[in-house]
Amino acid sequence: MKVTVDQEKCVSSGQCVMSAPDVFDQREEDGVAVVLTAQPPAGQEEDVRTAAAVCPALAITVVEE
Amino acid sequence: MTTSPTTAPTAEFPLPRAAGCPFDPPPRLRELQDEAPLARVRLWDGSTPWLVTRYADQRTLLADPRLSSDVTRPGYPAAAPRRDTGGNSIGFILMDDPEHARLRRMVTAPFAIRRVEAMRPAVQRIVDEQIDAMLAGPQPADLVEAFALPVPSLVICELLGVPYADHDFFQENSRSLVRRTTSAQERSASFEALHEYLDDLISRKLAQPQDDLLSELAARVPRGELSRGDAAGIGVLLLVAGHETTANMIALGTLALLDHPDQLAVLRDGDDPKAAARAVEELLRYLNITHGGRRRVALADIEIAGQVIRAGEGVIMANDIGNRDPEAFPDPDRLDLGRDARRHVAFGFGVHQCLGQPLARLELQVVYGTLYRRVPTLRVAADRDSLRFKHDGVIYGVYELPVSW
Ligand code: HEM
Repeated sequence: MKVTVDQEKCVSSGQCVMSAPDVFDQREEDGVAVVLTAQPPAGQEEDVRTAAAVCPALAITVVEE
Repeated sequence: MTTSPTTAPTAEFPLPRAAGCPFDPPPRLRELQDEAPLARVRLWDGSTPWLVTRYADQRTLLADPRLSSDVTRPGYPAAAPRRDTGGNSIGFILMDDPEHARLRRMVTAPFAIRRVEAMRPAVQRIVDEQIDAMLAGPQPADLVEAFALPVPSLVICELLGVPYADHDFFQENSRSLVRRTTSAQERSASFEALHEYLDDLISRKLAQPQDDLLSELAARVPRGELSRGDAAGIGVLLLVAGHETTANMIALGTLALLDHPDQLAVLRDGDDPKAAARAVEELLRYLNITHGGRRRVALADIEIAGQVIRAGEGVIMANDIGNRDPEAFPDPDRLDLGRDARRHVAFGFGVHQCLGQPLARLELQVVYGTLYRRVPTLRVAADRDSLRFKHDGVIYGVYELPVSW
């Protein structure tokens, strides 16, 4: 699985950090999401799918491989 | 595909809830959801916007930039006569991108998960102190006045750097803003009073910066990043949104739990540290206190569910019934603290999704995780028929909740 965030679209809701804290973080200055692990390990894939589903800005893209 | 029928509206909106079912959306909403994805409804002013009742359509539309939050546009489905803001900024909740995004990003940093989580000990202390104070007082107590309102007020004051001593002033004016029955004139007066108050606070923070959100915001004014009026407007928005909503979730949530003792027991007697977090999501879904729906006006023709919403038409996403859509949440009318309800739309969806949600979650997690453990004998101390609900409110809730223990 590969995950990316569109930081222009991000509205800093924090939903991704709540869903998958090991994969996403937020920038100090404005809470915009950053990806910590672009290729999350198998154990975290479900959390990442949840993060993408709850992102209000549709800013998370998940490519299943 | 059919085009927008110019048929008569199928219902007046808002719709009445059923007697004796204070937690459930109006039964007519469920019928509308079953019948068709979109319906025409008639508002107080005779306008006939679309009502969207299904969860998936609501999310699609709320994420669509062709729907505007700008109340000043013709066709916007207003909930009440519009207040005259006297040219004062009203914060970014009623603005569109790019201006909305620019202003929202000025205050997103303090609502980042890590910064909000750092407030947990302070929130826990506030909750414990308010419980101590309530328990030391007479019985029955009104849970709203004694607990549900002070907790979020104290928390938002701490975050913003607003003196809690002024709480009578800002609570009263906030209430006036969120009551549907407030006249346009009263609404303007309340708004102006709050704006003046925040403007004055911004001056004080500029002169003497402190470690709080308003000081951070104020510092942007001399740097030319933010106008003074916008700074005060954002302050008003955060202060009002920061306590009315959460307060209603605390009191109404408690009543719902007292009515579902098996669910209350999960929080009171269980030992799952995640129980409170799950309960918060489920109660947000189940109660969906922003019962007036998310309101928008179309900027262009939009195809949805085999219909066309025409440019200039109003659209209301009824997120209360959206959160009870059986397609999204099986057995939707059951309060089930064990379910994973995180996909609810109680905080809205799209670029306007609640900015304060991490803080609201933190407060509710601490409250639901503490109150019933510390006061296990908590019970309603009033005749059920005497409880008055905020049918007339922009935000739903219970006006008073007499309790004893
Ligand atoms: C349980 C409590 C809360 C609920 C149910 C709630 C609900 C909502 C909803 C539904 C929206 C979307 C409005 C729209 O789409 O037009 C919203 C927006 C907003 N909320 Fe909350 N809210 C809560 C608590 C808070 C708190 C504690 C704060 C601040 C500290 C806050 C600040 C805001 C702000 C600033 C917006 C506007 C966001 C934007 O337009 O970008 N809310 N809220």
